[in-house]
Amino acid sequence: MAGLRSRNISVSEASRPVLPRHAKLKFDETRQVWVILAPERVLAPDEIAVEVLQLCDGVCSVEAMIDQLAEKYSAERGAIATDVIAMLQDLADKGFLTEAREKTS
Amino acid sequence: MSPTLTDANLAASDPRDGLAVLEQRGSTAETFGIPLAVLAELTHRCPLQCPYCSNPVELERGGSELTTEEWKNVLTELAQIGVLQIHFSGGEPTARKDLVELVQHASDVGLYSNLITSAVLLTREKLSALADAGLCHVQISFQGNEPVVADRVAGFKHAHQKKIEVARWTRELDLPLTVNAVMHRQNLFQLPDIIQMAVDLDADRLEVANVQYYGWALRNRAALMPTLEQIEDTSRIVEEAQARLKGTLAIDYVVPDYYALRPKKCMGGWGRQFFNISPAGKILPCHAAETITGLEFESVRSNHSIAWIWQNSEAFNRYRGTGWMPEPCRSCEFKEIDFGGCRCQAFALTGDAGNTDPACSLSPRHEQIFKQAESEAAANNNRFIYRNFAGGTLEAGGDHGA
Repeated sequence: MAGLRSRNISVSEASRPVLPRHAKLKFDETRQVWVILAPERVLAPDEIAVEVLQLCDGVCSVEAMIDQLAEKYSAERGAIATDVIAMLQDLADKGFLTEAREKTS
Repeated sequence: MSPTLTDANLAASDPRDGLAVLEQRGSTAETFGIPLAVLAELTHRCPLQCPYCSNPVELERGGSELTTEEWKNVLTELAQIGVLQIHFSGGEPTARKDLVELVQHASDVGLYSNLITSAVLLTREKLSALADAGLCHVQISFQGNEPVVADRVAGFKHAHQKKIEVARWTRELDLPLTVNAVMHRQNLFQLPDIIQMAVDLDADRLEVANVQYYGWALRNRAALMPTLEQIEDTSRIVEEAQARLKGTLAIDYVVPDYYALRPKKCMGGWGRQFFNISPAGKILPCHAAETITGLEFESVRSNHSIAWIWQNSEAFNRYRGTGWMPEPCRSCEFKEIDFGGCRCQAFALTGDAGNTDPACSLSPRHEQIFKQAESEAAANNNRFIYRNFAGGTLEAGGDHGA
């Protein structure tokens, strides 16, 4: 649609995703569970999502994340890549991931 | 496949939803888990005079407000008992000179902070200082999409222009922005333009919030109540925009419950997942709860802890769960879906907070309320009673565009 900028990124192996300012990943000590805090919402990500989200620091590329997870779980890289990208895209579509901003000027 | 994310704030009809997951973990208040989010009304002072203000008609004066130290202690206590998010609201929260200090303290104790503001008192420096203090999100209320309607509703000259300016600064400072548009009969015709305004301001989220009729809004109901035709148009416009702007602007829609068949699950159920702290430190089940006479609300200035008040105080327990319900709620299959609707509305419209909310079509009062809303909307008496500490001021006479 002309003139409308989608806020949501398209995730590829080259992406360096990071949580936007309004989304905070936090361990809730009271309830002993990880949560994502967002405007008017608190979400409970599952264990795998938490592990991937913790790697989303805006520096680490998706490619590096996949390598790391494939090694850790001694899994076939192609399968991990498909799952990780699908999960990150899902999180991005919900507004919980953005692309690390390139330094301009 | 199990969902990656579970929404912790969704209606808890499904026992596996996120709220249930979080509530089961146990917390200081074992029976009723401590809410995830709390609304802190720092002050009732506000330069605007909106006729639908959600504050009680009996406003609290500046002199009774909690001090900076008292609010800091409250924030620390909230974080300790398991609250995750704090919404700084009012009145106008930026009327408090210590707001930056309070936001910083919220950050220091690990609370996610949201500023709910009219924006008219903010400077760029103040907003920047709030961002530096760790503010996570800004919500700015709008009364229209242009100054003529907006400034009249706000009862404040140049309010609209100022809000636009502050919304731009918000995005320049890379703070996420929610535009909160409070809708009623006299501005609903602007809704398509308001949606476009939110897009142009690069807002992340738009709340299309129809006025809820308590306190000041109830006094102004005749001037605010939309027609049924307007509501039908509104729903259509919102649905179209939600589809068209997916990925660009999230739109939340609050329907006016006078025209609903089922009442809203007000506050997620009384004393179930939300509380509010008044400027003087009273812990309330909702921001309108003080309109219900005969209930005593405990304060943070009492010798009770916040968790104790939440769990044990009489006011919270009076309408908790379903045990208090009369018919038609008691035998209703929806009783754990909507928890009987809104206690404040039941009180305001029937004189008894323990009655079924008349917004429900099963309430014996529903038909009468609906007819009354329709006839008020049709009468089109547009003069406002402005909100102020003097008990309200009738808008000066003249033409208010019938």
